Formats: sequence, C-alpha cells, structure tokens
Amino acid sequence: MSVLTPEIRRRIEAYIPRYPNKQAVTLPALHIVQDELRCVPMPAIREIAEMLDLSPAEVYDTMTFYGFFRDENNKLGKTRLWVCRGLACQLRGGDDVLQRVCERLNVRPGQTSADGHITVEFAECIGVCERAPAVLIDDAGRGPVEPEQVDDLIDELRRR
Amino acid sequence: MAEFEPVLLRRILRKASVSLDAYRADGGYRALQKAVGEMTPEQVVDVVKASGLRGRGGAGFPTGLKWTFLPKGHPGPIYMCINADESEPCTFNNRILMEEDPHQVLEGIILSSYAVKATVAYLYIRYEYGPAARAMQQAIDEAYHAGLLGKNILGKHDFHLDVYIHRGAGAYICGEETGLIESLEGKRAWPRIKPPFPAVEGAFRKPTIVNNIETVACVTHIVDRGADWFKSIGVPADPNNPRDPGSYGPKLYCLSGHVNKPGVVELPLGVTVRELIDKHGGGVWKGRSVKAVIPGGLSMGFLTADELDTPLDFAGPGRVGCLGLGTAAVTVIDDQTNLVDVLYNICRFFEHESCGQCTPCREGTGWMLKIVDRIRRGLGRKEDLDILVEVGDRIGIMPGTTICGLADGAGWPVKTAIRKFRSEFESYIRRGTKAVSLPLAAAGH
Ligand SMILES: Cc1cc2nc3c(=O)[nH]c(=O)nc-3n(C[C@H](O)[C@H](O)[C@H](O)COP(=O)(O)O)c2cc1C
Ligand code: SF4
Ligand code: FES
Repeated sequence: MSVLTPEIRRRIEAYIPRYPNKQAVTLPALHIVQDELRCVPMPAIREIAEMLDLSPAEVYDTMTFYGFFRDENNKLGKTRLWVCRGLACQLRGGDDVLQRVCERLNVRPGQTSADGHITVEFAECIGVCERAPAVLIDDAGRGPVEPEQVDDLIDELRRR
Repeated sequence: MAEFEPVLLRRILRKASVSLDAYRADGGYRALQKAVGEMTPEQVVDVVKASGLRGRGGAGFPTGLKWTFLPKGHPGPIYMCINADESEPCTFNNRILMEEDPHQVLEGIILSSYAVKATVAYLYIRYEYGPAARAMQQAIDEAYHAGLLGKNILGKHDFHLDVYIHRGAGAYICGEETGLIESLEGKRAWPRIKPPFPAVEGAFRKPTIVNNIETVACVTHIVDRGADWFKSIGVPADPNNPRDPGSYGPKLYCLSGHVNKPGVVELPLGVTVRELIDKHGGGVWKGRSVKAVIPGGLSMGFLTADELDTPLDFAGPGRVGCLGLGTAAVTVIDDQTNLVDVLYNICRFFEHESCGQCTPCREGTGWMLKIVDRIRRGLGRKEDLDILVEVGDRIGIMPGTTICGLADGAGWPVKTAIRKFRSEFESYIRRGTKAVSLPLAAAGH
C-alpha cells in the first residue's frame, strides 16, 4: 500500500513542470510529505524516488543533508517550536528561553512533549533579530519572547 | 547635506499596502514599463553597470559586470536565481523587503530577468521565512493575473518569464551561490569548485545569474531614476585606487544586539558605526557602553570600541582588519558581555553549518569550537590562542584551502577577536574562569 496519498502525489506532481528535470522536485516533495506525515518514512522515500525517476539513495542523501527532515523514529509533534540560539538572541536572553521551554515541556532540544503536541528545536539565527529573543513557530518567526512569557506561549500552542 | 530620503523602505515606513493596486498607485511597475517599452535588455545592463551597483548579498561584486559574464548570444535557457536564503546571522533586511513590499522585490526580479534574458527565475527562500514566502507568492499570483508575468509580458512580444518560489530546509550553506544551485537541483548543498562560474554554467548546467533580494530591489530604482541618481548616493570610488569600484546607493543596515532600538534602517553607504548606534539605534542599552561590534554579519569579525568611526561602505571594515562589509548587519555587544561566550556562539554556528566537503573547513571549524569551548569551561591553555589564530588563518578560499567562503567567515571572527581582545582572553584563561552558566543550548548540536 502506498504511504503517499493521492492528494500528496498530486501536490508533488504539480511541481514537476517548474523545473527542467525531476530531481529538482526532491526538496519540495520532502517538504510536502513531512508537512503531512510529520516525518519522511522509508517507504515514502522510495515512492518519491519512483515519482522523480531517482534512486531512493539519491532522495535519502539529499534528505539527510538537511538536519530538517525526520525519519519515522523521530516523528514531529503537531507544532514545531524552534528557539533561536543565534548571537543577537543570545545577547538578549535567548539561552534562558530555550532552557525554560525545555523545562516546561520536560524535553531536550529535538524531542517532543509527551502529549505529542510540541517538538522543541534550537535554531540558528531565524532572521528576526530585531525582535530578539525570538522563536519560530513552524515557519513563522515571533518575538520578543522573554523567558517569563514562555508559559503563555506553550499554553497557546497546546490549544492549537 | 540634505536629510536622506529612504528609497527601498519608502513604502514600508509608511506601512503602505502590499497589494498590486497600491504598489501601482505609488508608481510601481513604472520602471518595468519603461524598460520593456523603451529599452533593450542590453541598455538595462548598461544602466546598472553605470550605476556602480554592487551586490548586497555579502561579496559586493559589481552587478552589471556579473551580468556581462553571461555567454553572448546563448540560445537559452538562462536562469535567474534570487538568493533569499538570508542566513548570515543577525541579518534580516531581505525578510522585511519580501514581507512588507513584495512587489518592489518582484519588479526587481522581472527587470533583472529582462536584462539578462532569463526565462525562469527561481526565488530561493529559506524555510524559516514562511510569511515572506507567502507574501511573495501572493504578489507573484497577482502579477500573473495582471500580465506582468507569463508570456509576452506587458504585451512585449517574446518577453516571457516564470517566477517560482523554492523553499530551503534550514542550511546556511544554501546561501552560497553554488550551494544554492545544488540545493535547487535537489542535491545536497555542496558548493561547487569555481570556475566555471554560474554565469557560464550554473543551474541545470545552464548560464545562471545569482543575485540577492536587496540587489534586485535596487535595480528597480536604478531603472526608474537613472544611474546618475544612484551614483549621487554613497561613497565615490577612490581616485588613487583603480581597483576600487566605489560604494554607491542606499543600503539597508540591520541593527541588533545591545542597542535600545534594534531594527532596519536605510542610509547611504558609508555611514559610521557610531552614527548607526547613537543616532539610529538609540544608543547602547541600559546606559552601558560598547565593548565590541560585529559590522556585517558574524563572518566579518570584530570592531573594538575605538573603531566605531569606521564607515560602513564596501572598503571601510577591511581597513580595520575585518573581512569586509558583508551584509551590513551591525551587532552591538556591551561592556558587560563575556567575549568568550560570544566567540563560542560564533564557533558553534560555523561548526554546525560547515557542509563538511573540505577537510580544512570541517576539521578547522570543529577544532576551533572545541578549543573555545575548553577555554569557556575554564580549562584553556596559554597556547590555545595562538592555535586558534593559526587555524583561522589557514582555512578559507583566501589561503586557498577550501571550496567556498564559509571557512573564511569562520576564521575571521576568531582571528579578529583574539588579535583585538587578546588580553581579555588571556585573563580569562589565567583565572581559569568558568562561564557563569553553561546553558542547555550548548548541550545539543
Ligand atoms: C557561506 C556563504 C553564505 C552566503 N549566504 C548568502 C545569503 O544568505 N544571501 C545572499 O544573498 N548571499 C549569500 N552569500 C553570497 C552569495 O554566494 C552570492 O555572492 C550572492 O548571492 C550574489 O548576489 P549579489 O551579487 O546580488 O550580492 C553567501 C556566501 C557564502 C560564502
Ligand atoms: S569551505 Fe566549508 S562550507 Fe564551504 S564547501 Fe568547504 S566544507 Fe563546505
Ligand atoms: S539571532 Fe535570533 S533571530 Fe537572529
């Protein structure tokens, strides 16, 4: 049975005409799959490879270059909360924010809260340094988030 | 001198609408209309060349000159890659341009593509910029509807352009132009050995121009107002140095760290660090004073408090031992901050982001991090500082040991920190001080 739903396949196929070869669709395909499945499992890698006329090794090679994609043993929670550890944020208390987030959810960076809601990550500069200390909620930056605002932020994300 | 009037931030500062109609009502797409109606692509290249515009992405290469490196009379396709990876730490001006005035950026992309005869432009946006990607996609959709993209743009026979957004996946190295191209092609983002340069053989082995978001935004205004106008802003070329192309035009300076008012400001190239901090950044926070400043993103190295009169044009930072202007992202570090912690943060970044392809960079960034970490933990040795400087001196494209400039950028902050603040590092080592806290953030990598 296919792990890629017809809808996922349709979305991946829509990218093919944009590029002169199919390999260029690798990154968009990985994004689409991880968004939906919260990870890129091995069978999905094989199916992406087949769709793009590649070997699974080529897709896997690209996928693992970016620390961004997760395999089936490290599935993402519902929301991915990245705490910036870049310099501008460190200078304004970013390390305390990460510490507080981890304590509050009882996880280490990279792990997901026990209720499966929030995966915590550290990020290199996320480009919202004027609002340091900053966090990234999935793909949208927000700041400043001071250590004492962390509890409210987590409550908000849990309600999502 | 008359007060400088922002150009790139003009609409953003008055919180103008991002819609196509509002942009047009403010004179938007006038430059494109003019180029398509009255100018050949070669004339657009010429005006950009005459303006003295230099790339805003970090290397400062003259934009018009780069465009002339494309093979003449190439049958195509030629690709445009717009670099919105913006991952140099403490840099955020591309994000603001895309989020808050996407059509200004898009007009620049269309004009630049017209000039170089590209039929497809890939807009490579770092993953972390979701709102920017969505704002740009909306602008692109509006532009297709209005005949500003697609076939026969603005009714011009044979002017076709498609613009596609391609989103990154959280790797700094995708900002290096050939790393970007490899990433676009669906491979790991390993920078290529140059030559061939992308203009000759780039994306999908075709001639390709890579330009930064702010660079193409400048192109719009150059076509609109002319090369002389652009040249009237900034710092003229040094007449005694035939190799100095000058520093013309407005620049978006990103201010971060220990200033009262962090943010982006637009000023003529050549403003001093002191003016940026005091006049535009509201001074150092908490009534403190400056210990150090990073003038152009982490890769550029450090300035001391005695070097605040350095002008931030393309030549200024180099005169005081920095790598260059970089992205003109100014990060202020106050006198209460421990520079060992700062350097640790920087070394951790480069170790994490080295793509691992070249041994000197992979190993060098790793060892620099280990040594700085050892110092930070109170286990530093006197000879560590010389080892750090030696490693920093030997990795990079300038000493000729690596494929791309990430390694130069990793070495520069280390070398300048130790050369300029040696006594602070020495006394830290002598006292065997442990950093006040060794935060959790340090645990992972
Ligand atoms: C490690 C590294 C990272 C880079 N990151 C970026 C970036 O995020 N954005 C960018 O525009 N240029 C970046 N550059 C510079 C690009 O290689 C290239 O010079 C630039 O995109 C060209 O555009 P410009 O001439 O308009 O500045 C980076 C260079 C290196 C060596
Ligand atoms: S210098 Fe570093 S980042 Fe650049 S190609 Fe070599 S290993 Fe990769
Ligand atoms: S350093 Fe945190 S957003 Fe830039």
